[in-house]
Amino acid sequence: MMEFSEIENSIELVRDDPHSVSDPAARLLTLGERILENWLQSHELEPTSNEHEGFRLLALHRQGAINDPSFLACRETCRELVYQVNLYRMKNEISQVNMMAMVAMHLLYFVRGKLEVQQLGEFCCSSKPLRIQQSDTTTR
Amino acid sequence: MDKNETLRSDLQRVAYYPGCALEGSGHAYNRSTKQIGKKLGLDLVEIKDWNCCGAMEVKNIDPEIQNFLSVRNMSIAKHKMGLDVVMAPCNGCYHNLKKAEHDVTHREQTRSVLEKLSKKSKVPEYKAGDVETIHALDWIKHAIGETNLARQVKNSLEGLKIANYYGCMYTRPRHIFPEKDQGEGSESTSNPHFMDDLLRAAGAQIIDFPLKTACCGGAHTLSDSDTSTRLVLNILQAAESCGADVIATECPTCHTGLEMHQIRAEETLNITTKPVMLYFTQLLGLALGLSPRKLGIQENVSDSLDLLRQRGLA
Repeated sequence: MMEFSEIENSIELVRDDPHSVSDPAARLLTLGERILENWLQSHELEPTSNEHEGFRLLALHRQGAINDPSFLACRETCRELVYQVNLYRMKNEISQVNMMAMVAMHLLYFVRGKLEVQQLGEFCCSSKPLRIQQSDTTTR
Repeated sequence: MDKNETLRSDLQRVAYYPGCALEGSGHAYNRSTKQIGKKLGLDLVEIKDWNCCGAMEVKNIDPEIQNFLSVRNMSIAKHKMGLDVVMAPCNGCYHNLKKAEHDVTHREQTRSVLEKLSKKSKVPEYKAGDVETIHALDWIKHAIGETNLARQVKNSLEGLKIANYYGCMYTRPRHIFPEKDQGEGSESTSNPHFMDDLLRAAGAQIIDFPLKTACCGGAHTLSDSDTSTRLVLNILQAAESCGADVIATECPTCHTGLEMHQIRAEETLNITTKPVMLYFTQLLGLALGLSPRKLGIQENVSDSLDLLRQRGLA
């Protein structure tokens, strides 16, 4: 498992010097996968090697959200990273690497934060009360 | 009128549910929402004796009590005021009312609990579909539309580069917003655009912004401030990198979080970011010729007056 600090440094490296790697988009996508692998392995799950819509990142995210719907709070960030990667591959503009790196970093901050404070993300998705067993209603 | 615009005459007069935040930290949002409604000839009728929507605290303890708190407001709008549409400008309130509607529609247990609680509290029982809950963005978008809005612009926002931050609760989870993702003219949950549409109609240059719905750590702003500061700072830096002068918001919690963590990032991380935060209603109000004072711009923590003066908007 790649440590968060190492992933963070790697993202910064690509951001600060996109020419340091042969394909910055592929590198940031892989680092995104490493972030999600951390989440899965911390929950004693074997990260999938499958792809969803052509991206392993999206399959990993789906896997991570199965038993924790509040993990959906980073769904759009994962999809945004994929979108940015696609844009970069289409236009091949090195200036876009900065934006890709920011999205990857956002994913890192969220997942790292959520491993520290489990409830992060429950604010928005409201999924906990939709999924949990109903509380006892006898007192009403 | 653009072919994608769908105007609704039933939104000229709606029940207004400001919620707690708009009487406190989001006061400027309340003020600017009312001001632009008045300017555009729309009638907001505040729900009588409204109560808390249950926010997130009640929801985490007992989701059915939260449902009851939300539907009580909807029931008053319908049965005591005779109004069919409730407009909630706060993302949290909007989200909770939509979630309550979803649960009343789909869950027998919710209906059963609400029936008991309604009798006990002498509130007319709420039935699924009694009212429609909309956000302030839906209200302006469908009551006025971009074409009519553009016609009423007195001070164009031309030259102002705006990144729109929608936050999380406006679009998530998808299943409580059945009217979204319905193709042309409807809002998108993955790439929301109503704020973009309205501010563009007011002349602003909308910046493509990759973190428009990203998590800002809002709920943990006090319990895990460092994570929240990192998340907000990243949002601010992304907007700045995209060239934004302003981040437009449509939720008091998002707005306060962005303002507060911008300052905290300066103090704890020594990182300064330039974009200023303004509610979309304040920006529309400026475009409609209202004064910054009327729109409560002086109440914002984020100081935008210098920028607005430079652009001839204040």
